Amino acid sequence: MRAAVIIFPGSNREGDAARALAEANGAKPAMVWHADHELPAGTDLVVLPGGFSYGDYLRCGAIAGRSHIMDAVRAHAAKGGLVLGICNGFQILCESGLLPGVLMRNRDLKFVCRMQHLRVERNDSPFTSQYDKHQVIKVAIAHGEGNYEADAETLARLEGDGRVAFRYCDEAGTVGGAANPNGSVNDIAGIYSETRNVLGLMPHPENLIDPLVGGIDGRGLFKSLAAVA
Amino acid sequence: MSSEPHITPELVAAHGLKPDEYERILKLIGRVPSFTELGIFSAMWNEHCSYKSSRLHLRKLPTKGPHVIQGPGENAGVIDIGDGLACVFKMESHNHPSYIEPYQGAATGVGGILRDVFTMGARPVACLDLLRFGSPDHPLTRHLVSGVVAGVGGYGNSFGVPTVGGSTRFHKGYDGNILVNAMAVGIAKKDEIFYAKATGVGNPIVYLGSKTGRDGIHGATMASAAFDEDAQEKRPTVQVGDPFSEKLLLEACLELMKSGAVVAIQDMGAAGLTSSAVEMGAKGDLGIELDLDQVPCREEGMTAYEMMLSESQERMLMVLVPEKEKQAEAIFRKWGLDFAVIGKTTDNLRFVVKHHGEVKADLPIKELGDQAPLYDRLHIPPIKPPVILSCDVKPPVSNSEALLRLLGSANLASKRWVYEQYDHLILGNTVVAPGAGDAAVIRIGDGPKGLALTVDVNEVYCASDPYEGGKQAVAEAWRNLSAVGAEPLAVTDNLNFGNPEKPEVMGQFIAAIEGMAAACKALDFPIVSGNVSLYNESPTGSIPPTPSIGAVGVLADVTRTQSIAFKQAGDRILVIGSTVKGYLGSTAYLREICGREEGAPPPVDLAIEKRNGNFVRGLVHNRAVSASHDISEGGLAVALAEMVLASGIGAKIEFRPHDLPMHGFLFGEDQSRYVLTATPEKADAISAAALSKGICCLIIGTTGGDALTIAGEAAISLKELQSRFEQWLPDFMRSAHG
Repeated sequence: MRAAVIIFPGSNREGDAARALAEANGAKPAMVWHADHELPAGTDLVVLPGGFSYGDYLRCGAIAGRSHIMDAVRAHAAKGGLVLGICNGFQILCESGLLPGVLMRNRDLKFVCRMQHLRVERNDSPFTSQYDKHQVIKVAIAHGEGNYEADAETLARLEGDGRVAFRYCDEAGTVGGAANPNGSVNDIAGIYSETRNVLGLMPHPENLIDPLVGGIDGRGLFKSLAAVA
Repeated sequence: MSSEPHITPELVAAHGLKPDEYERILKLIGRVPSFTELGIFSAMWNEHCSYKSSRLHLRKLPTKGPHVIQGPGENAGVIDIGDGLACVFKMESHNHPSYIEPYQGAATGVGGILRDVFTMGARPVACLDLLRFGSPDHPLTRHLVSGVVAGVGGYGNSFGVPTVGGSTRFHKGYDGNILVNAMAVGIAKKDEIFYAKATGVGNPIVYLGSKTGRDGIHGATMASAAFDEDAQEKRPTVQVGDPFSEKLLLEACLELMKSGAVVAIQDMGAAGLTSSAVEMGAKGDLGIELDLDQVPCREEGMTAYEMMLSESQERMLMVLVPEKEKQAEAIFRKWGLDFAVIGKTTDNLRFVVKHHGEVKADLPIKELGDQAPLYDRLHIPPIKPPVILSCDVKPPVSNSEALLRLLGSANLASKRWVYEQYDHLILGNTVVAPGAGDAAVIRIGDGPKGLALTVDVNEVYCASDPYEGGKQAVAEAWRNLSAVGAEPLAVTDNLNFGNPEKPEVMGQFIAAIEGMAAACKALDFPIVSGNVSLYNESPTGSIPPTPSIGAVGVLADVTRTQSIAFKQAGDRILVIGSTVKGYLGSTAYLREICGREEGAPPPVDLAIEKRNGNFVRGLVHNRAVSASHDISEGGLAVALAEMVLASGIGAKIEFRPHDLPMHGFLFGEDQSRYVLTATPEKADAISAAALSKGICCLIIGTTGGDALTIAGEAAISLKELQSRFEQWLPDFMRSAHG
């Protein structure tokens, strides 16, 4: 698995993503500066890390979504290449048109950082093969704008096609209610593209790869990717 | 200089300079200063930059030790943490700006302290914040809490450094003058630290970062005066933060430092270009000549005066190796930041500022700093208050109910509402997160080394007895580091006091410093950096004396730490340290249950402190205990409740003291104590070891169940504890919206 992490000015979890990839994959990912127009040859997986690209003083991800490197990422995805967008990366994927919908400000209008349980909706994707279906995992969240919203038609299509990847739940796996940290529609924490080679999610599995630091429930996602190629 | 305003006594006063200070300027330069020069003097000689009231007394603080690489006087303190690594850290206040404009005031406070740390070549790895708000009943409190917390988070979250710890408390003494003290911690290679001292004549002085605007002009002067009713009109003196630019500045600076191009570096903080340029020159015994025509400006038509006093954020000044100028410029352009050569070092020890071909200022550079006024202010020593013991205070109707009231009080209630707005998990190295331990614990890189970090001060103790309060704040920080198994290394302080021209405030200041000094000496805990914030006054009077202590400890193996949560049912609960008296003066019990705020704070015996702390640290290090928590505000009962709350595992306390009222045992704030848990076999061994060292150790109960049951009291369910502890702050903040 050859992975590349894109660094935008204002990205800040690129190191965390690189660490998780290296741990699961045994090889360090390529770090790609946003001003480059091409991905490294032979890239299997592109990761858009968390952060505040270009400061995110406009709509989150709006500028990054229109940057040159995203043309290369779109081309990569169109060929069936894998793309993972975490937090700001998810926002960028929505802004770039690779995923539908939008991430609005959290319901409580506050940034929220805490441990959060997720339900893995399916385990037959390249991102989740190492999890069980409906497994409950504990990961970190840290965002101010993670409130996923889409129009009714898009939402129906996402649900109908099984494109919801993760939903917010409590420790017991009960989805929604107080366990939804940001007001996201249908408790959506992450979604797939139509062909499920692109995943965007708000939570940070890359921060849960170490028993000393919160737990290891995030490892499965990176192990799943490492198992693909 | 003809276009500048004429110097009048009114203009001098408007610059915060006293008539005798103006006389001093006249004597020093032998002529009437220009308007720009007057501005420069006001920036250099205000309290914030010159420490004119505090310098004399700050000398009493111990600043040396075997680990100290750099003590006070640089952008931040530096200590040796072994293996070729150094820890760079400092705490700084942004009190006045945060009251005027809470979000931006707090945000730029965080930005400023981060800059201090990476200016020295360190990559920031953690932030902490110590916040003090007015009474919850005060009409502005919610607005201030909401804005300050969002501002601290907004800057740190975007910049990408975890905010791993802090302290948030409320006291009516801060109505009208809140405190926002931010601490930043960075890691550097020990032999790659950068300093402000310029060297070499004719070297280029380079301006880096964001452009200069008209924001923050006279910010430091504003911060050096007491608030009056017009505080809100001072909004234009507050700067606006841009964490995105600062993140770029960080990466660009660290890349530039690696290239070997940097001779000296200084961030533009308080008093902006003036203070940074003067400091670099004065430290290196060099003159500085600036050409303001080269300064990147955000707006047109800025005068020399405005440029010299602007506190626009995210700016740096560097002296570069001349032949590496191009390489340096390329790095900054890559990060999209401004880069401009705006002057050079000279050999004449003058600070010369030119603009549009005119000399706007020509001043002796050393004297600008060295000859700043120094005052031995009139001071009245505080009066020692009477001791209040539990036998002097009537017991509550129910100890259980008293405990619940304490847990639901503003200062002891959970601060989850605050720390969940801070990204405390980024970088993936947060081993002990907010709320989980007495100090935050972070791993350094991939380990095995770790750092423990804490910020502490009990302003009620300090108000009652500044000497004991200052001493206790240092001891408490040392204790918190010991409780998580760290070796306490050094301290940064942030001394927040009222108007030093009031003899009683000056008396508090001196007493607090002397108390701190005594504790630092006894505990081998030097102060390596700090900040003084005076004139914290509001229409209702001076703030409680608040010497905030930020402290750093090191763990050789970060896995050998401990949190406060109980780990399993059936463990024995031990109390280390003696509860002989049941001190209740200035305690949470006296305040919340009896409605009294008075009496001597519990005294700290520093020899006992050291002995008990070393013992507990050893137990944590040897993995002999399954939980570790110091006993602080609210006493043993609150400490136990916090351990139950952190774990969801209950406890049964069977022990009853025979020589002390129960409420003294439960709520007394006697110092130098810890609660530990261990398996029954290990508990007996610990007890025997303590005995052999002459340390008081009681086995008081057992973990388990879903309630906290104290001998002779009604059991309190976990649910009830949780609702009291967790609900206060969210309920308080929610009620803001009606």
